[in-house]
Amino acid sequence: MKKFKTSLGQKAINAKGRWRAHQWLLLRRLMQTTLLTLFLLGPLVGIWIVKGNIASSLTLDVLPLTDPYLALQTLLTYHALETTALVGALIVLLFYLLVGGRTYCAWVCPVNIITDTAAWLHRRLDIKRTAQFARNTRYWVLVTTLLLALFTGTLVWELVNPVTIIYRGLIFGMGLGWLLILAIFLFDLFVSRRGWCGHLCPVGAFYSLLGHHALLRVSASARHRCDDCMDCFMVCPEPQVIRPALKGETLGQSPVILSGNCTNCGRCIDICSENVFRYNHRFDHSLCKPVMQKTEVRP
Amino acid sequence: MAMQRTNKTRRGFLVDMARTACGVALLGTGMSIYSRQATSLPAEALRPPGARAEDDFLGACIRCGLCVRDCPYDTLKLAELGDKVAMGTPYFIAREIPCEMCPDIPCVKACPTGALDHGLTDIDEARMGLAVLIDQESCIAFHGLRCEVCFNVCPVRGKALTLDMLHNPRSGKHALFIPVVHSAACTGCGKCEKSCILDEAAIKIIPIHLAKGMLGQHYRLGWREKDAAGGSLVTPDQKHSYNLPKDVQYDHEGRGLILEESATPPPYGTNPLETLRRGKGGL
Repeated sequence: MKKFKTSLGQKAINAKGRWRAHQWLLLRRLMQTTLLTLFLLGPLVGIWIVKGNIASSLTLDVLPLTDPYLALQTLLTYHALETTALVGALIVLLFYLLVGGRTYCAWVCPVNIITDTAAWLHRRLDIKRTAQFARNTRYWVLVTTLLLALFTGTLVWELVNPVTIIYRGLIFGMGLGWLLILAIFLFDLFVSRRGWCGHLCPVGAFYSLLGHHALLRVSASARHRCDDCMDCFMVCPEPQVIRPALKGETLGQSPVILSGNCTNCGRCIDICSENVFRYNHRFDHSLCKPVMQKTEVRP
Repeated sequence: MAMQRTNKTRRGFLVDMARTACGVALLGTGMSIYSRQATSLPAEALRPPGARAEDDFLGACIRCGLCVRDCPYDTLKLAELGDKVAMGTPYFIAREIPCEMCPDIPCVKACPTGALDHGLTDIDEARMGLAVLIDQESCIAFHGLRCEVCFNVCPVRGKALTLDMLHNPRSGKHALFIPVVHSAACTGCGKCEKSCILDEAAIKIIPIHLAKGMLGQHYRLGWREKDAAGGSLVTPDQKHSYNLPKDVQYDHEGRGLILEESATPPPYGTNPLETLRRGKGGL
């Protein structure tokens, strides 16, 4: 048991070194903190590069960015948005249509750090039994939040949305927001593994839909090298997306991970000692040529 | 057997579906009930200038805080989790930092969604609330003391706040300088409340729907209708005749007894002493 826990990722570290076995993870953390720092530079140091928060912001007084999910809810309350918000939402929409909606989850969202930590601790503590929701529960929640906006005329979801509450809290003052962070952490740790981001969060659900035809994808283009160590499945926040790409060779499936649920976090790339995965675009279904090694190893 | 298995999976599917649907419906119901309470706005929390009616505002405001950032006086703040104001929405407390009524209204310009109405271009047209001299018992002006601080700080002084002079019955010889708010011009900026010298302000900004009464729609004020129509709309007013001495008139709409100098001298002497002496033998 103990051996198994320490062995997750160990193979990759042995094969590629500590840095390359964590490079995308570290880059993501760097991206998340950099974005937050840009928002914080204004209120803390007085350098106003970005104003606002993750819901809507203004960069260098020219570039508006607005969360399209929030803008959609606002439109559903029968409020006609000003052009600023519409343009902002359109820019964000186009960006994530291109790079994959849930790239937002892995590279921007502050809750990701909380739930990743909970998942890591979950593995370390080897907690076995937790409640499981259906993965599609999030779409139900998404529809519910939209219906609530439509029928109450209020952004009801924004009263509890941990994504914006935490981000806004870090920039404008947290209030009791810390309790929310703790609640999500404990929920993911003890109640349901990967419960929030992977099963319930309607923001993630919205961006999943957005990412259905995204250009930027992870591809298991060297899937013939897979040695079935299962590390990628263990570390992936949405492990169901890997199977068709990695194991679909016999069914003639593309090595590209096409599911909108993939967060493009790159942990599978990091953790694979055999370098099976890489970032690619959705139209490149090519496989790496089987290398000589494989034939050599066999006998 | 195969049939049975299909039935089972179909049932399982339906049960799963129902479970998820019910769970989420429960969540939705809970959230909508919670939202009723969580969106109630305490009377002391004021929205920025140009904010739409509260119900619309809560649908339109995206809670980005750009209005807060562009407020040069740090008046506005965003509600934090646990505050009494709806999560993430901007507000200010007049007694802490009032609105300084910037002529260019940067907070409204910053709003990306129009929750703060971009149609507001003249800050004097803002209606963030209404000042009400809510406690006449403790306002020192009503004790006959000179204060007038609220009047003096009012940015729309003379229109939104005036000083009305009343007789001071306590001393019998002084005036009371009573601040009077006029809703037609008060923007609800809160500078009066902020500067009230009392430990607890006697003049406060109250949400307009709480502060204002409204005359029934069917009410007509006769004198205004008459003025508008240019004459009486019902039976014409009869000229009231008073039993008055010659050349003396009585105006019952304010001027009272009119003793105008006329061609004929009044029936009494112009010397008051003569009048006093009336009936003493002379007449």
